[in-house]
Amino acid sequence: MFVINCPYCGERDQTEFSCHGEAHIARPDNPAEVCDEEWGEYLFFRNNPKGIHFERWTHDHGCRRWFNVMRDTVSDKIIKTYKMGDQKPGVTDV
Amino acid sequence: MSNQNRTMYGGRIDRGKVINFVFNGKKYKGFHGDTLASALLANDVHLVGRSFKYHRARGILTAGSEEPNAIVQLGLGARTEPNMRATEIELYEGLEAASQNCWPSVNYDIGSLNNVLSSIFPAGFYYKTFKWPPSLWLFYEHFIRKAAGLGHSPTAKNPDRYEQKFYYCDLTIVGGGISGLLSALAAGRSGCSVLLIDENPELGGYLLDYNFSINEKDGIKYIKNIVDELYSMDNVRILKRTTAMGYYDYNYLTALEKVTNHCDQLSKTIPRERYWRVRSKKIVLAQGAFERPLVFADNDRPGIMMASAGKKYLSRYGVLPGKSVVLFTNNDHAYQTAFEFNDKGAKLSVVDTRDNIDSRIQKKCEDFGIKLYSSSSIISTNGNKKVNQIEVQKVDRKQNELSGECITLDTDCILMSGGWNPAVQLFSQSRGKLRYDNVLNTFVPDKLIQDQIIIGCNNGCFDLSKNLNHSYQEGLNAAKDLNYEIADSINWTGEEEISFIESSVEPYMLGKKKVTKGSKHFIDFQNDVTAADIFLAQREGYISVEHTKRYTTTGMGTDQGKTSNVNALALMSHIHDKPVDEIGHTTFRPPFSPQTFGAIAGRSVDHLFDPERRTSIHKWHEENKAVFEDVGQWKRPYYFPKKKENIHDAVKRECLAVRNSLGILDASTLGKIDLRGPDTTKFLNMIYTNAWSKLEIGSCRYGLMCNEHGMIFDDGVTTRLGEDHYHMTTTTGGAARVMSWLEEFLQTEWLDMEVFCTSVTEQWTVLSISGPNSRKFLQELTDIDLSKENFPFMKFREGKVCGIDSRVFRISFTGELSFEVNVPSRYGRFVWEQFMQQGKKYNITPYGTETMHVLRAEKGFIIVGQDTDGSVTPMDMNMDWIVSKKKQDFLGKRSFTRPDTMRSDRKKFVGLLVNDKKTVLPEGSHIVEKALKQPPMKMLGHVTSSYYSPILDHPIALAMVKNGTNRLGEKVEIPLMNGKVIEATIADTVFYDKEGNKNNE
Repeated sequence: MFVINCPYCGERDQTEFSCHGEAHIARPDNPAEVCDEEWGEYLFFRNNPKGIHFERWTHDHGCRRWFNVMRDTVSDKIIKTYKMGDQKPGVTDV
Repeated sequence: MSNQNRTMYGGRIDRGKVINFVFNGKKYKGFHGDTLASALLANDVHLVGRSFKYHRARGILTAGSEEPNAIVQLGLGARTEPNMRATEIELYEGLEAASQNCWPSVNYDIGSLNNVLSSIFPAGFYYKTFKWPPSLWLFYEHFIRKAAGLGHSPTAKNPDRYEQKFYYCDLTIVGGGISGLLSALAAGRSGCSVLLIDENPELGGYLLDYNFSINEKDGIKYIKNIVDELYSMDNVRILKRTTAMGYYDYNYLTALEKVTNHCDQLSKTIPRERYWRVRSKKIVLAQGAFERPLVFADNDRPGIMMASAGKKYLSRYGVLPGKSVVLFTNNDHAYQTAFEFNDKGAKLSVVDTRDNIDSRIQKKCEDFGIKLYSSSSIISTNGNKKVNQIEVQKVDRKQNELSGECITLDTDCILMSGGWNPAVQLFSQSRGKLRYDNVLNTFVPDKLIQDQIIIGCNNGCFDLSKNLNHSYQEGLNAAKDLNYEIADSINWTGEEEISFIESSVEPYMLGKKKVTKGSKHFIDFQNDVTAADIFLAQREGYISVEHTKRYTTTGMGTDQGKTSNVNALALMSHIHDKPVDEIGHTTFRPPFSPQTFGAIAGRSVDHLFDPERRTSIHKWHEENKAVFEDVGQWKRPYYFPKKKENIHDAVKRECLAVRNSLGILDASTLGKIDLRGPDTTKFLNMIYTNAWSKLEIGSCRYGLMCNEHGMIFDDGVTTRLGEDHYHMTTTTGGAARVMSWLEEFLQTEWLDMEVFCTSVTEQWTVLSISGPNSRKFLQELTDIDLSKENFPFMKFREGKVCGIDSRVFRISFTGELSFEVNVPSRYGRFVWEQFMQQGKKYNITPYGTETMHVLRAEKGFIIVGQDTDGSVTPMDMNMDWIVSKKKQDFLGKRSFTRPDTMRSDRKKFVGLLVNDKKTVLPEGSHIVEKALKQPPMKMLGHVTSSYYSPILDHPIALAMVKNGTNRLGEKVEIPLMNGKVIEATIADTVFYDKEGNKNNE
């Protein structure tokens, strides 16, 4: 059970949050123009890395804000939490 | 005779307070401070249970939470608890306990036949026997399940209260032995907030049973002073009778506190148990170690126990478990027990597996007249219900063979000691890594993963002085890490009568089978796993530890192998001639000890299990005998039966009232979201499939939401209240989901859009009035002009209703002339009662969700989640009319042109009329072209909604049928579960008022 540092509220117990899968998957700007394969990629394909993973979380029982989490899936260590729209951290930022 | 095994004096029991208790129906007496186990031993009761598989007679092996044998059924009736360890149960007046796994009694147990037949029950017996023929497994399973398990669970509802507590602190210390106490003392003196957890009723750990000194002062007194000081600190909280159960990520610890279990009267106000959920910055593990049994022939008879347990019964409880005692050991430490027993009048012999025994110990044995058999082993034991005789023989360790003369000894108690295993369960749960220590011959902590400290015997260190200094220093270090000003360091010295460190533990491996004769060499007492079973598992190829564990069941059960694991691994290492490190160990999982479901559930039971949502009119519904239905967390009236009416009568009456005059529905549970901001229209254009730009202020529009897969996700009517202000409604069950959906896109995708969403579901009470008389009725109660010209269909007005500021929407889910009156929730019941009063002349009829469903089905209106299932597009539902062709983009649009969503044979939404005009099809029924005698049949689709329609006087159904819109008028068949086949005809989805004139009146 994690302790998650909500960028708006600070450290809270994981029970207040929920996870919504991989982060930084942008909706295509003009869906009408993308081919089936690209659209399928956006809809269905996700990374499942052993190691650093970027994922979206919401503080449901708190500020109800969405934010991103950089987590190591091996150690379950949360390396960084950051607001939506913030630059995706590189491994060197850690 | 009572308490015949009690010593004349000594022990930490209160001999002034006699306690009466019952075991297996017989009355006994014990003292305050006894456990059930110590009181039974004091009364010379050794046979307390039967083993799991062979139903062998079993006694008391240990004196703590690791007990595998002496597990009993405690208490009666609704409070009865199975699998309770007699070694942990504190005696209280009137306690009743009974043996488990025996019939008719523990003395004469029919099941012990299994022991005689044991040769046909080897490891893997079930796997090997019940695999043929495969079709009979379900039959076998029924009987196997009956035979499995120990004890029985109560069948009545638990009358006790269980609480949960969330706790945050700097330092949690697990274990209140000397190491834990000193760490707590150092951290507490430095100002840390400390939580100290110990599973026993008294702090001090195993040292309470031994002679020792701290800083040259009496150890027991020293411990008392430390405990007193800790209790005086405001920043230290101490939990006794509390077992740390699970150690999870981020230093999250769960612990079970037995609050009143040890009391004879259970309190009404104080919970029976309290479940702690603790998050601390650092965790100190100081759980000590468990003594390891020795493996020899028939080592499971009652009267055979761990040396440390014998010491505890003697020193703490004043109980001498035997008069003619044999100590069987491979280390020095156990000699303390022998000397103590000798001192209290027992006749002692010692069998030591080692060749070289410390000369001081040899001398002492000589002085006390204790007969010492070195480099020897017990090779057999006798005694049906209690050990009475053993055979001892020399072991040639090089050859691993027996040699020399076999000596027979009479005895009534064997104390065994095979060394100590640190209690690494929690450490291992926390992902800590273990290594095998070749001196101690056990697994010890190696690598810490979390922010934790492990100290004392738990850390594999058995030197008292070292442990005292290390523990105190680690307490200081923790405080320093957490930026406290630390207390002064102290130099500690501790001395035990016989210190453990003086000699390493020699491994005593069973060796080849011929080393000891006799029948069974138990490794795991609780699961009846013998050394032979481990050999067998290796021979049959189950050579990984995880396979051996599952094949033989060693290390399973309520004790989770606390006494057996290391011996099993050592034996595997011996068989494969590989170091134990290479054999590895199985995974430790929570909980550390069995725990009650009551404690895990806490107060989340009965009506507190799930929050219940009620509308402002709920009480009225109750008073008027509504039958309720759960919709999400909401309680909604299902129907309102009048005297003697069943559901069909009531729904028929309610439906006809709406169609012919006036009905009223409490629609407050509809999700309602207030949307504001300059980009709201743009936002709605993206969220809904249809267009919103041209919607006038004061107008309502039905909208359909799809997810990005193009599948229908929710629907509802949204109204434009102002230029940048909308009122959205959603389905009752989908309200929270829609709210999150909106927020997801606003917060993650379109960060530049300025839209604010506020849930107002509970702020408005919605009274939906419907029926040809609804305009006439409502006009008498409002200042809003309800005329057809001034308040057309799909419009919105504000004004007074019954004197209350209201929002009125002219929308309809029944197909009738209909108004949805929204009033602030606090006036909900008032307005509802006014309506009921004023509506009498129109026979106003309250109706529930079932009538609402029938009425909308007659009109072919969909219910998202009933007629749709997350796999249908608007086109599948024939709702192309609501999908904008002009809009460039909206959620789901791109997926409408995926190959799968464009398939021509997709299921389409259709109506269904049964040809016999009377069968109401079960919802979910499969629709086939032609029913055959048995599957497979070509399936066309399924029934999604099905009702009897009172206004049409025949059944109607809605269905999803392959290529359905092109099959109108075609005949299909519906095979029912009872074997009947019903014929039906595919029809239009609108059954009543096809022209849609009624709601436009």
